[in-house]
Amino acid sequence: MPPCGHRKVKNMELFIAILILFPFLAAAVQALVKNNSLRKLTVYISSGAIIIATIIFAVMNFGKEQAFLAPDLPLLGFDLIGTVNYGMLAIEFILMAIIIYLSFKYKKYWVALLSVAQTAFISWLELSGRAHAENAYLFCDNLTLILCLMIAVVGGLICVYAVGYLKDYHHHHGDEVKDRRSFFCSMLFVFLGAMFGIVFSANLIWMYFFWEITSVVSFLLIGYTRTEEAVNNSFRALWMNLLGGVGFAAAIGYAAIDLHIFNLQDLVNCNEDVVVIPLICLALAALTKSAQLPFSRWLMGAMVAPTPSSALLHSATMVKAGIYLLIRMAPAMEGNLVGLTVSLIGGFTFFMASVRAIIHTDGKKVLAYSTISNLGLIVACCGVGIDETIWAAIFLMMFHCVSKSLLFQTVGSVEHTSGSRNIEDMHGLIKRYPSLAVAMMIGIAGMYLAPFGMLISKWSALQAFVDAGNIILVLLLAFGSATTLFYWTKWISKLLAYARPTIRRKDTTSLDQWISIGGHTLIMVTLCLVFPFLSDSLVTPIVNSLYGTTTFKPVLSDENLVILVAMIVVIALVIIAGFILTRLVKTKNTTVYMSGIDTGDERHYVGAFDEERTMYHANWYLSDTIGTDRLMNVSTALAAAGLIIGMVLTIGGVL
Amino acid sequence: MNDTLILRIISAVLYILLGGLFSGFLAGLDRKLAARMQGRRGPSVFQPFYDIGKLFSKETLALNHGQFVIAFSFLMLIVATGVLFFAGVDILLVFLALSTAAMFLVFAATSSNSAMSTMGAQREMMQMLAYEPMVLITAVGFYMATGIMNNGVGSFKIMDIGSNDLPAIIYLPGIFLGFLFILTIKFRKSPFDISTSHHAHQELVKGVTTDLSGRNLGMIEVAHWYENTFLLGVVGLFFLCNEWWSIPLAVVAVLVVYFLETFIDNISARVKWELMVKLAWGVTIVCGGLNLLVLEYIF
Repeated sequence: MPPCGHRKVKNMELFIAILILFPFLAAAVQALVKNNSLRKLTVYISSGAIIIATIIFAVMNFGKEQAFLAPDLPLLGFDLIGTVNYGMLAIEFILMAIIIYLSFKYKKYWVALLSVAQTAFISWLELSGRAHAENAYLFCDNLTLILCLMIAVVGGLICVYAVGYLKDYHHHHGDEVKDRRSFFCSMLFVFLGAMFGIVFSANLIWMYFFWEITSVVSFLLIGYTRTEEAVNNSFRALWMNLLGGVGFAAAIGYAAIDLHIFNLQDLVNCNEDVVVIPLICLALAALTKSAQLPFSRWLMGAMVAPTPSSALLHSATMVKAGIYLLIRMAPAMEGNLVGLTVSLIGGFTFFMASVRAIIHTDGKKVLAYSTISNLGLIVACCGVGIDETIWAAIFLMMFHCVSKSLLFQTVGSVEHTSGSRNIEDMHGLIKRYPSLAVAMMIGIAGMYLAPFGMLISKWSALQAFVDAGNIILVLLLAFGSATTLFYWTKWISKLLAYARPTIRRKDTTSLDQWISIGGHTLIMVTLCLVFPFLSDSLVTPIVNSLYGTTTFKPVLSDENLVILVAMIVVIALVIIAGFILTRLVKTKNTTVYMSGIDTGDERHYVGAFDEERTMYHANWYLSDTIGTDRLMNVSTALAAAGLIIGMVLTIGGVL
Repeated sequence: MNDTLILRIISAVLYILLGGLFSGFLAGLDRKLAARMQGRRGPSVFQPFYDIGKLFSKETLALNHGQFVIAFSFLMLIVATGVLFFAGVDILLVFLALSTAAMFLVFAATSSNSAMSTMGAQREMMQMLAYEPMVLITAVGFYMATGIMNNGVGSFKIMDIGSNDLPAIIYLPGIFLGFLFILTIKFRKSPFDISTSHHAHQELVKGVTTDLSGRNLGMIEVAHWYENTFLLGVVGLFFLCNEWWSIPLAVVAVLVVYFLETFIDNISARVKWELMVKLAWGVTIVCGGLNLLVLEYIF
């Protein structure tokens, strides 16, 4: 870390401060704006500004590794850092007050206890001077930049989507749900600001501060509709994330008091044996945030909120905060008990959540389980902690972010246009709403088909697991891939059915929504095409800098990367050729075979008793075999046991 | 180096030219053998070619234009997968391409919006669920076996796997057995001919291919031939090494395996899909998983 003596405030530090603070300012504006067209205007301006500023920042700092802001930095003659620290502390108390108020209001007293415990501990740490750090508070490298771009571009587009979506939403829900749109939009921007804070913070207490903001904001977003279900789910999300927060606070305390370490980079580079104690505590925080088993249920509950918040929680923010922390910690987890615990929990979650995704007909539920499952894979990669797996983890994170955001938005738009988000009701979507169906299929293809991004990353993860000699993870990945294949394939199959629509409805998706969906689709396709370039210029340097090497080579050879890009082109050409040829060859139209007399509309047939029957074909959901709650309860219990054993062994092993 | 490149191109081109013919011929042989096992005379070994010829000469009845597009894509992608395999690239890449291609068969069925085809498609997906883990584990096995014979430097490249000092089967007996097991599913042979039965009375009409006819059905059949040749190629890969005798050994192995599949097809009755998944996953864990563990911890 470069020494930071007395020096002038550099432009960079100011820029970072603006990036973190501007979304909060935008949030304040949103909170005040009650007029719909003014809201639209301000959201467009704020999102646009965030996206453009972040891109400029990323281009300026590309390839640099920088640590900023020493505590003794004099600015205008007063102690800037000290003031900021007190400010943060004050805000933490406000957050605590909000939690206490709401948990008493809804009679969930013990949730308040979790919040009080950690806030009290952190403020004791700070006020007693035990957390007086003397090195960098901010940090920025390529990994930070990737996260920033994800947060700004995907998050910004989601805010734009939200404008159009919420208008529809309140149109549909009428008086059932109180219109709190300005609050909702405001929270979205707070989320973006908090995420910027997490990725720019080097200091653990700063990171913890923003971490807590995301916990509280997600709690508020999930409870948006204030129905009983929403309140219960939001409190579940809150207590799980606060539990993670307790872990975070414990990690900070141990690192500060026993190791005199105050920032994440130093913690990862620390060579002492006892460093595994703060690491496992941080891992606990990351696992709760990334909704890994046994904490997966909060993310499932999170889908009661309006779609833009799901899209945000599942893609660019929240769950990615956990992943980000784990990627940073990865070099320190290689080959120890922390890494073993984390990787096994991740691998197990990957498999179990993908099994669980099979049984649901609700599009958003399938997406939620798929998020948990894919995050599991990324967590497993981080836990293994070798350079190859981190390469895979970063790519998985990027592709998952764009794909999942795209999918949530298309499902949300389909729901508003057709009145249902049930996958069964998406039968023949390609005929009814071709554009939405195509966007949705690109999103799904991005999640699991060769040669798209997620699959490439999964492939290199497999190779890296073999190299790391972790056969259990190899098996979990092999089986989890099969189940993943199953639930996505049947979803696409539904979309592709060439059914003549019974009712023709207009596609009512608004322009705001299309801007975001179109933007995501474009980014998705571009990412796949420039994959080899991204690997060389962006991700490989990150891996090199995390591991302090210069020689890292991705597990996938250049030949393979080229073949993969060629495959996209070939598949596209084959399909286009198919469309051209089908015009040239002669075919006679016929109707579907029905084992009975077709009544002519492909929906009814005359049965054996001479009466007209309706035909309906459903996908398989295997609810008899794996649809029981027991499966989920058992796997949650197993994961909890594994986590506790891992923590006990880790901490007991070094004390 | 250039010699290997030329070799790779030649073998890929040979696959395009002969891959379909080879499996078509094997299919004829299969029917002949099956007939003999049942004490019948059986059709000519060229019967499959006559059948295909007829399919392409018939008037094609289609439900929609999409059917042709998807059937055509299925054929092309299967051939592309085989080309990648015989060109000796990364075997994981080949297997991943195979699952993408296989998806198009499912789409061909469901896009028809027909009850029979859709039911077949669900079964086809069940089959994929059953065999997919073993396919990935096979690739991992090849990698580890190559690593053991190559001073710890594993490789997924088919070129490298096929030019070790010894055939990979020596290190991969369990994985070979597991692969044979799922091969029965991939070949659509009884007891696992769940989605496209060759015996019409067993399947709900004709499973995935119910609503395909004429040229469209023909393309699917030809694609299956190419797929079978490629899968037998994987069987052969278990026996290949840098000695000359490994080539006849691989050919013999391929023929024996094919005969075995015909034999199993004839002596077994079709099972329900639940049993298929349980058996396939069980075999995958026991044979594949144990084999991997042994490779990791003993060698």
